[in-house]
Amino acid sequence: MKIVIKQCIFAGQNKNQNMRIIQFREAIQEAMTEEMRRDENVFLLGEEVAQYNGAYKASKGMLDEFGEKRVIDTPIAELGFAGIAVGAAMNGLRPIVEFMTWNFAILAADQIINSAAKMLQMSGGQFGNPIVFRGPNGTAGQLGATHSQSFEALYAMVPGLKVITPSNPYDAKGLLKAAIRDENPVVFMESESMYGDKGEVPEGEYVLPIGKADVKRVGTDCTLISFGKIMKVAFAAADELAKEGINVEVIDIRTIRPLDIDTIIESVKKTNRVVVLEESWPYASVSSEITYQIQSKAFDFLDAPVRRLTQSDTSFAFSKSLIAEALPGVEDVVKAVKASMYKL
Amino acid sequence: MAAKKSTKLAFSKDQYLKWYEDMLLMRKIEEKTGQLYIQQKFGGFCHLYIGQEAVVTGTVSATQKGDKHITAYRDHAHPIALGVHPKYMMAELYGKSTGMSKGKGGSMHMFHKETGLMGGHGIVGAQIAMGAGIAFAEQYKNTGNICITSMGDGAIRQGILHETFNMAMNWKIPVVFLIENNNYAMGTSVDRTTNVTDLSEIGKSYNMPSKSVDGMKVTEVHEAMTWAADHARSGKGPVLLDIRTYRFKGHSMSDPQKYRTKEEVEKYKAQDPVLFVKDILIKNKFIDDKGLAEIMDRIKATVEESVKFAEESPSPEASELYKDIYVEDNYPYIMDNKF
Ligand SMILES: Cc1ncc(C[n+]2csc(CCOP(=O)(O)OP(=O)(O)O)c2C)c(N)n1
Ligand SMILES: [Mg+2]
Repeated sequence: MKIVIKQCIFAGQNKNQNMRIIQFREAIQEAMTEEMRRDENVFLLGEEVAQYNGAYKASKGMLDEFGEKRVIDTPIAELGFAGIAVGAAMNGLRPIVEFMTWNFAILAADQIINSAAKMLQMSGGQFGNPIVFRGPNGTAGQLGATHSQSFEALYAMVPGLKVITPSNPYDAKGLLKAAIRDENPVVFMESESMYGDKGEVPEGEYVLPIGKADVKRVGTDCTLISFGKIMKVAFAAADELAKEGINVEVIDIRTIRPLDIDTIIESVKKTNRVVVLEESWPYASVSSEITYQIQSKAFDFLDAPVRRLTQSDTSFAFSKSLIAEALPGVEDVVKAVKASMYKL
Repeated sequence: MAAKKSTKLAFSKDQYLKWYEDMLLMRKIEEKTGQLYIQQKFGGFCHLYIGQEAVVTGTVSATQKGDKHITAYRDHAHPIALGVHPKYMMAELYGKSTGMSKGKGGSMHMFHKETGLMGGHGIVGAQIAMGAGIAFAEQYKNTGNICITSMGDGAIRQGILHETFNMAMNWKIPVVFLIENNNYAMGTSVDRTTNVTDLSEIGKSYNMPSKSVDGMKVTEVHEAMTWAADHARSGKGPVLLDIRTYRFKGHSMSDPQKYRTKEEVEKYKAQDPVLFVKDILIKNKFIDDKGLAEIMDRIKATVEESVKFAEESPSPEASELYKDIYVEDNYPYIMDNKF
């Protein structure tokens, strides 16, 4: 599916800056490059990031510009290099750790969760951990169970971490720059199948605020909340529904933690109906949390139960036929919205 | 060619013939797999075994029925070495219900319980500990079987290797650790990740008997594995083999291979493991042109049959999504994926 960014409301940004169309991977590369020019303590390490220009070419040209000291190829040793980066962050540096995918970062989860997330608190505020852990997350076709997982909820559960999942090049660049400047450990999740997506990104510098959702499309009939790559399904469903005169308000939460619940509640007060769409599993997921917060903060405004669509409650299988069954599609979202409007 | 002119051959004519036919079948199946992948007959990753055939072939010929084998994601040839018809592997690549893992595992996850193939594993290094665990169970049950645990030269940089080596040595687990050392982990050569480029040294720091082996010669692999398997089976604990091989193709199908030179690839192609055996067969008059043609015909037929089988097999039913996650058939899944 092609990415079509509908009417974008770029919070607090000057939309009239000179726009270019660039790929998602270029947005990531630009964010890292600009921040490394700006601050000599920022450096990048990970598997294949230097000589190979990144497994998905998200660090293209960076070795040439910054040299081996600041763009570092590591062995396949996720736990070790994540830990080295955490230590470096305790001692004045600002590492960007690229994981070839978040599936492999599971090996480094100890350092992310037990070390980075807790350093500030355990040291009574003496040692922070300004570090970015980034890489692709989620499904990307027929890669099988271990290579298709979305871990937003897992990391978002951990106090001390911020978690960001952008859905387009513009948000990716502005939020990655914010993540690199942030004093806390930030988990930043991209997608293999988004790297080639194109979108408008202005010339020159901009930073987007962490913790701000973006109303990507204004509507009145139902609030459709999503994030990351599956936003495309949300937009396509909104298009379908518009043909039938149903105006969906599409919210891209962009940051999973902290969650911008205020923007969500404001929308719910207007539409009185909610569908949440998430690429990951249903159990104890981001949509579970959003749904809980909506019912607790806006119960009286709801005209229908909050509905959600997620990946199947199963490991991701290899076969195409099973993949089609596992993931919610445009049709399912359309139906869920209609059901919440009692139009099904 | 690289074959030495020895008057006395260490192995029987039948052994050479079997090696040749197995390895040629692997080669032809993988060539076909590469073509089918380019034609987009299936998706996902596709890591070919071309160039490394002697490693699994010499390993399996030196081990016994009952022994277990576990490897990483470069696993298309393992079923063939273990005597599984490649049509089941091919059907798995196609994601069909007749595949080795019912179409649920794909290229990186070939399993076959009957022949002791404990997977294909996609997380680099994970199988190092699992292989020791499989061997632990053999020791526990006192079967006399061992587990051959294969890993890439990139995988050995995972910390799990050191934890496992230590326990395996301490507990005398009957496991053979086999490094399929093709000198590259994607685009990263061994010497860019370590200052210990002789990988057999890694075992020595645990007092683990270790050897480097010419992995382009099935004869050498077989001999080294015979020694290693005997050692492990006799209760003396693990062995490490650093088997030096080379992949003739890219890491996966989307690899521009800028990290190595054409000359380097050519140098290794001159040591082609399939031609090495063919050469021995011809030099010793174990086979004539007619015999070679017959083998080729059989292999072509097997390849064709495999593709046909995969093409014609059904995809898994949607209900399969909810099977094999838990053992129970009636597990209460949350059903929010479809409306
Ligand atoms: C834990 C983990 N990290 C990274 C990857 C991505 N990855 C897949 S294969 C590979 C290279 C492995 O090289 P090697 O072990 O030498 O095996 P070879 O491909 O040469 O057979 C990498 C980094 C992965 N699958 N798992
Ligand atoms: Mg290798």
